[in-house]
Amino acid sequence: MTEVKHHISDDFLIGYAAGSLPAAFDLVVATHVSLSDDARARLHAFDAVGGCILDEMDEAPLAQDSLSKTLSLINENAASEAASPQNQTRPEDGIFPAPLRDMIGCDLADVKWRPIGMGCKQAIISEGKDATARLLFIPAGQAMPRHTHRGTEMTLVLQGAYRDETDRFGRGDIEIGDETMNHTPVAEAGEDCICLIATDARLKFEGLLPRIAQTFLRI
Amino acid sequence: MLDLDVHNLTAGNPRDAHCAQGRLESAPADAEPLMSKPLTPPPLKAQSCEWIAEVMAIAQDRDQAAFAALFRHFAPRVKAFLIKSGADEALAEECMQDVMATLWRKAHLFDPARASVATWIFTIARNRKIDLLRKYARPEPEDLPWGPEAEPDQEDVLALQQESRKLAEALKRLSQKQRVLIEKAYFGDLSHGEIATETGLPLGTIKSRIRLALERLRHNMSQATK
Repeated sequence: MTEVKHHISDDFLIGYAAGSLPAAFDLVVATHVSLSDDARARLHAFDAVGGCILDEMDEAPLAQDSLSKTLSLINENAASEAASPQNQTRPEDGIFPAPLRDMIGCDLADVKWRPIGMGCKQAIISEGKDATARLLFIPAGQAMPRHTHRGTEMTLVLQGAYRDETDRFGRGDIEIGDETMNHTPVAEAGEDCICLIATDARLKFEGLLPRIAQTFLRI
Repeated sequence: MLDLDVHNLTAGNPRDAHCAQGRLESAPADAEPLMSKPLTPPPLKAQSCEWIAEVMAIAQDRDQAAFAALFRHFAPRVKAFLIKSGADEALAEECMQDVMATLWRKAHLFDPARASVATWIFTIARNRKIDLLRKYARPEPEDLPWGPEAEPDQEDVLALQQESRKLAEALKRLSQKQRVLIEKAYFGDLSHGEIATETGLPLGTIKSRIRLALERLRHNMSQATK
């Protein structure tokens, strides 16, 4: 397991546990959790809150044949179950955790990159109406292409590392950026840096940033 | 405070009947004799392993009676949760049946050292709800390649179940306003930006219990592969 230094903040984990994040952010959170036991433990704790809420729900009336219908659903499923193998284990040479690999259908070697200048490449993974997920490739020792943040940008390092004014970010680390953030990330020498990035296209989460600042201050 | 007396836990309370059947019956070999401790367990512990034996009975024996018992308790709650989350009656019924069928299918993946049964069912219901909304499977964290163990550590199981119970109690003690806010977040009524980080929930202990269970699992598995 990678030694993750920069963890996801609690508000994103609650959002993930509650299922209210845009899909692109779900992908980055699930990928980060796959690489960090700390994030996994915190996510499980927020899931546990959901469990308490579920257990305290008032009972909704069920359809009369509810149980028998469910049992026949189980029997139907049993027939098709054997046919669908579940492969969640990462190939030994793979760097993409399962949620990412499942989403793009391949590991690093088969990513369809598009050059964006100065040796950097990107691949758009998903483009939703409220957020976009993409992979970014920065050659070792190279500065990240200049870009302005619109809204929230969540960056997860998958390979190599980069440094900016705040710190060093290696595999498994997450950095949250916003439009006020003025930083110049540079990939470390030695290994090309590959990141998974989610951005919300619109300035939708105006209340978010002060709260993230709070989270960091508490740590 | 952690109390590991498995004998006490399973003795004397009818609600513990299902605890006595599942994996929890294997008390540590060096456990103290039954009579050396008071026989009446505090209710907190009595409830703390609720439903685990039923899930285990499904996983191991495809036990339909155990499933029916889980269904009676959880199906109306899952359905209510889905209705609160915006599903209409028919969709909630259909989706709930699907959730309960998934419970049957995935019973062998349930790990009592990492979640209560209610928590586990919540995650199934939540995922199903999102899949319906988005029309595709939402990314889930990678399964731990080694989990769940055939015999999870009893200490981890009891401690985690106890922490889950404490969390539920803490949730009940929150002010009405805080509680409503948290429920709204979990029903999906709040956008991400509206979710406050400061929930007022004491999550520190349950987080460290889960963290500990993960570490122990990792350690045991690395020992096993040596």
